[in-house]
Order: sequence, then C-alpha cells, then structure tokens
Amino acid sequence: MNVLIDKFDVFAGGFWLTLQICILAAIGALVLGAIVAVLRISPVPPLRALGTGYVNVFRNMPLTVVMFFAAFGLPALGSNADFLRIPVLDSLFTRLGTDLPYFRFALIALVLYTAAFVCEALRSGVNAVPAGQAEAARSLGLTFGQNLRYVVLPQSWKASIVPLGSVIIAMIKNSALVGFFGVVGDLSQSADQLTSAEGYAFVPVALGISIGYLIMTVPLGTLLDRIEKRQAVAR
Amino acid sequence: MDDVTTGEPLIVLDAVNKWFGPLHVLDDVSLSVGRGEVVVVIGPSGSGKSTLCRTINRLEPINSGTITFDGQPLPAEGKPLAKLRSEVGMVFQSFNLFAHKTILENVTLGPIKVRKEKPTAARERGLALLDRVGIANQADKFPAQLSGGQQQRAAIARALAMQPKAMLFDEPTSALDPEMVGEVLDVMTSLASDGMTMVVVTHEMGFARHAANRVIFMADGQLVEDAPPAEFFANPRSERARDFLSKILTH
Repeated sequence: MNVLIDKFDVFAGGFWLTLQICILAAIGALVLGAIVAVLRISPVPPLRALGTGYVNVFRNMPLTVVMFFAAFGLPALGSNADFLRIPVLDSLFTRLGTDLPYFRFALIALVLYTAAFVCEALRSGVNAVPAGQAEAARSLGLTFGQNLRYVVLPQSWKASIVPLGSVIIAMIKNSALVGFFGVVGDLSQSADQLTSAEGYAFVPVALGISIGYLIMTVPLGTLLDRIEKRQAVAR
Repeated sequence: MDDVTTGEPLIVLDAVNKWFGPLHVLDDVSLSVGRGEVVVVIGPSGSGKSTLCRTINRLEPINSGTITFDGQPLPAEGKPLAKLRSEVGMVFQSFNLFAHKTILENVTLGPIKVRKEKPTAARERGLALLDRVGIANQADKFPAQLSGGQQQRAAIARALAMQPKAMLFDEPTSALDPEMVGEVLDVMTSLASDGMTMVVVTHEMGFARHAANRVIFMADGQLVEDAPPAEFFANPRSERARDFLSKILTH
C-alpha cells in the first residue's frame, strides 16, 4: 500500500487532470446539450429533425467509438482542434493549450457524447411541465423563445436537475477512457503508468484511483439526493 | 341582445376540416362571428366544439379550409402568428395560470413581454383588471393558493390584459366546483354586455340563454344548428339537438 503514499503526487496530479477535463466537458456538454434540446422541441420541423438526429447518433454510439473518431478522424481531416485553445481558458487549463492535441480531442468526444444525454435530461424536465402552461403562453402571443425563457424553463429545471446530475456523474466515470486515447496523466492513465511501467501491484493502485473518482462522484450524488428530498417536501 | 352587428365579420371559418388520425373532428365547418357578437357553442362531448374554439387562434392547426381573423388569414407560424394570438384572448378549462408566477405577474407577463409596456404601467392596469374580476386582494398570491373560481377569473384578467379583439372560452366552468361557476359566469356576462366579441364553448345553458346572440350546436364534427338562443331552445330544428336538449334540460 506504500504506493498510495510514495506516489501521492501522481494520484493528486491525475485527480487534478481528470477534474479539469470533467469541468470543461461538463460546461461544454451543458451548453451543447441545451442547444440540442432547444432544437428538439423547436416548432420548426427541420430543426427538430436535426436535434433528434444528433441525439440518435450520439446516444446510441459507444463512447469509445466517438473517442476514436475524435482522436483519429479529426487529424485525418486536418484539424488538431486548435479552436479549443480559448485565450484565457488555455492558461487556466494548461492542457488545452499544449501542442499535443489529445486532451482537446478527448474533450470534444466527451462533450459530443454527453450532450446527447444532457439534451434528454433537459427535455424530460420540459415534458414534466404541463402542456397547458406553454399553450397559455402561446395564446398570449409569446414567441417560442419567450415561452421557453419566461414560462417553461423556470418550471422545468426543477424536474431536470436530478437526471442532469446523473448524466454528469456518468460523464465523470466515462472520462476514465481518455487515458486510452493519448491523454497522459489523468487518473486512469496514471494507474496504467504506475502498474505496467513502474511495476507497482495493481490492487493498491486501483484502490487509489477509485478513491479519486469517488471523491468527485459521491459528493455530487449526495447533493442530488438532498435536492430530491427538498423537492419532495416542496410538493 | 340580438342587435345586428355591422361591418365585416371579425372571425370567419370557411369549409374547415380537421382530422385527428382517422377521426374527422371538424367536418366542413363554416362560421362567421361579427364584431361584438357572443356566440355560444354547445354539443355533446367529442363533437369537436373545443377543437373548433382552439383552431381560431391556431392552437390546433387545420387540414383544409380557411380561417380569417379581422380580415387576415391566420398566419402559419412564427412572429405573425404570435401577433395574432396576442389579439385573441383565450380562457382554458383548466385555467393554465403560470404556476411559478404570482397572479399579478400572470396578468402582466403578456403586456410587458409581448406589448413591451412599462412594468409600472402594466402593473397598474393589471391591478385594475384584477379589481374588475373581483380578486384584487389576491394579486400577490400564487395560483395554487386560490380557489378554482378565483383562478379562472385571474385567467380571464390575464387574457383581457392584452386588450384582445376577441375572447375564446374553452369550457371555462367545466373544471369548477358548482358554487364557483356563478362568479365566473358573472364576469363573462359583464364582458359580453361591454361589447366583447366572444366565442364560448360551454355546458352552461343558462349563460347561453341570457348572454348569447347566437347558439351553435355541434355534433360529430359538424355544425348542425346556428340560431338565436330563444329560437334554439324553444324550437331546435334537428333531431340531434332535440335529443341533446332533452337529455340535459330534463334534470
């Protein structure tokens, strides 16, 4: 078990990198997922089809395959995802700005994949708002956007927040894949490094990285339970 | 009551057809409603009367035929449709007040966001409207804290706040406890006598008798009769209407 103490800095570094990718991916997925959700409930049929198509593709494809496309497809198309080097952001999250683009590829894959689930979580919340609310808003002459903004979304987020949290927890666990697509130094790849390259016993290392993931996911789950209980009381 | 209205009619439906799958809910319906006219639509459930009411502001799209409002055909979607809807007030069976907003906020949302009125002016007018429907003292409560009758009166005030050219009522008293029906009908009657153009789908025969200019009887998606209330209730021409009236008026 000495590895946990001797290599604490490796675990801590892995935790920090995984946390970074999760924060960035969560923000990206929430934004993209919200856009796709708006498309999916839009009154304009082609936009609705676009949203539905997106969800059908990314919800039904293994994340591994999406990662393959990002890490090998984007370079084949001549892109190293430079557009994700966002001036201030890449100094905060240094891996965004590095020349090895795998961090950015992994981020793109995780965002694309998770956004489909974010969209469905948001949409389930919108569907939980009685249809009469949107109907009344339309009958007053509110536009689609005003309807969402002033009537539907303020009521739907309560129903969305718990499924949304579950999506983010799943995303944190899914992020373990990035180590196999060139990202060096996240939690799961650190385990690989410690066991196969440096010869540490597997079980203590696995315990170490498990603790790392649990530190991220358990508090989030507890928070969700609490929100759920509070909502139950409010009803 | 049966003074003839002048000028072109406000609402015109011409040969309107609508299907829900195989169900022909509106079968070649033609109807025109003059300015200031109060038209009450009655008929057995499933006859298409609610659907008829909901097509007028395009909450239900139609499959064929035309509907014109104030001389303009109903726009298909987008901004023009939103504008048309802002000119047609609608009152629903289940009130549909915005659950997360206070009564006053319910009434002022449309004027502020759609008509771009100043919030202070909208609130002032909203309070006056709530006073008119008799619930000014409930302005800061949430819908769930009000009785059904109060909620429906708030919903009427919300629709009136847009200063609509016509009001549609889709069974406004059907979800109410019997002792609350009267307070809502009183508000509607006063609106009618103020000259508001109204299309009212209802089972309240008393309201049809004393407040309507015309009674429309619908059955199986068809407009079966169109007559002044006195004539309709005394002498229904069709078998369907006689049958319907005998069932509801004998108790």
